Amino acid sequence: MTTALEISHLSAWYGESHILHDVNLSVEQGEVVTLLGRNGAGRTTTLRAIMGLTGRREGSIKINGVESGRMPTYRIAHLGVGYCPEERAIFSSLSAEENLLLPPPVSKTAQGMSVDEIYAMFPNLAERRASQGTRLSGGEQQMLAVARILRTGARLLLLDEISEGLAPVIVQALSRMITTLKARGYTIVMVEQNFRFAAPLADRFYVMEHGQIVEQFAAGSLEEKMPVLNELLGV
Amino acid sequence: MEIFGIPTSALLGQLLLGLVNGSFYAMLSLGLAVIFGLLNVINFAHGALYMMGAFLAWMGLNYFGVNYWVMLIVAPLLVGLFGIVIEKTMLRWLYRLDHLYGLLLTFGITLMLEGVFRSFYGVSGLPYSVPSQLAGATDLGFMLLPNYRAWVVVASLTVCLMTWFVIEKTRLGAYLRAGTENPKMVEAFGVNVPLMVTLTYGFGVALAGFAGVLAAPILQVSPLMGSNLIITVFAVVVIGGMGSILGSIVTGLGLGVIEGLTRVFYPELSATVVFIIMAIVLLIRPAGLFGREK
Repeated sequence: MTTALEISHLSAWYGESHILHDVNLSVEQGEVVTLLGRNGAGRTTTLRAIMGLTGRREGSIKINGVESGRMPTYRIAHLGVGYCPEERAIFSSLSAEENLLLPPPVSKTAQGMSVDEIYAMFPNLAERRASQGTRLSGGEQQMLAVARILRTGARLLLLDEISEGLAPVIVQALSRMITTLKARGYTIVMVEQNFRFAAPLADRFYVMEHGQIVEQFAAGSLEEKMPVLNELLGV
Repeated sequence: MEIFGIPTSALLGQLLLGLVNGSFYAMLSLGLAVIFGLLNVINFAHGALYMMGAFLAWMGLNYFGVNYWVMLIVAPLLVGLFGIVIEKTMLRWLYRLDHLYGLLLTFGITLMLEGVFRSFYGVSGLPYSVPSQLAGATDLGFMLLPNYRAWVVVASLTVCLMTWFVIEKTRLGAYLRAGTENPKMVEAFGVNVPLMVTLTYGFGVALAGFAGVLAAPILQVSPLMGSNLIITVFAVVVIGGMGSILGSIVTGLGLGVIEGLTRVFYPELSATVVFIIMAIVLLIRPAGLFGREK
């Protein structure tokens, strides 16, 4: 089985700013991997680099074995990737349902969740489907941002800070959602500031600092790595 | 019968003329607004491409014997294609820059187009006759309705409303609206946004070309017909604001009517009334009557 995501010697720039330095990471099919690190460590930039949303990129990014490091952004989604950005990016000129239906299927054969399944998983979104996208609450917009990539058939999900700024009860719901998706075989790369949210969900952890990977370990080693994490993250 | 000292038939006649002008304002400002929304380019060439539509209709008839009805379809397609070429070869390099560069480039294109047509055809207008099916007028009792002008209003409104429907009510329109708001995100979903941008420019200028064909039997087909119109159309876009498609249509028609009525009651003001309104709107509601603050 091909590795879902394989990044080798990735460097990335925003204009003149050199943000990522020789990043190497890999994610197997069905794994949940978390990128930890302080603000400004380069975690969001890593996700954006995978989607081709940064400036110049060097190095290799392979999605399901296909080299995507030189592809234009609109072709990367069709490799089966769904991207949920930190700012959620709900469109204000569209209704909630239009937002949900906007992303096209990633391929002709991809089996995404049906709209009914999504509304069953997120009943709030069904209720608010006719509302203008940005009139939804923060929690609802976050659910919508994840829900719309589930419809496309993407199996590799890039989730950037989905628990940020949300009430604990919503964060719990998101945690349950990730567990369900994991059970269904989705591959998930999560950028998370909220350690309590990420720790029980992830199979493996990478820690970033100054645009580089400085630590990586499996969930089993979490206990023994806590002192290191305390130093790196101020957890 | 008289209203405010003006005979009713004269008033209604001017109202119709106002609606006709308003239809052109609506179609042209619609194209401009859609292009500005997605491309961030102020398409000064809109007037010249409208002129090109009229000239293509004239050339079709006089060089190839192709009638008005065929040119009504063919001319916008040709103008749209020409627009696609402009976008792919020149405009796309400017999107990251200030609006000013798009304006300058399209201004330059305007000068080139007008210069070329002027050197071949001079500045005095070329005649284009009303198609026989629409010649003459219908007696409505309270006024005599010139058939062709009624057709212009109906055709323009139909095209504008169809455009509104596609943009506001269909999936394709959703891509356009979302792309106007956050093109990178729409691309991240796998939509070929660069292609959408090219086709949107082509469509916007095709609307201008369509307006040109409609205008040919009414005005003289002249290389300057675009510049006479484009400044007023810019004012219309500023007044209506960029936010709403329906807003562009309503504003265009409304201002055409206001201009027409001003011509009846106070003709000296008719050339400037739109700009006076624009100044007032800018002071009270800078985003335009229907605009959304970006």
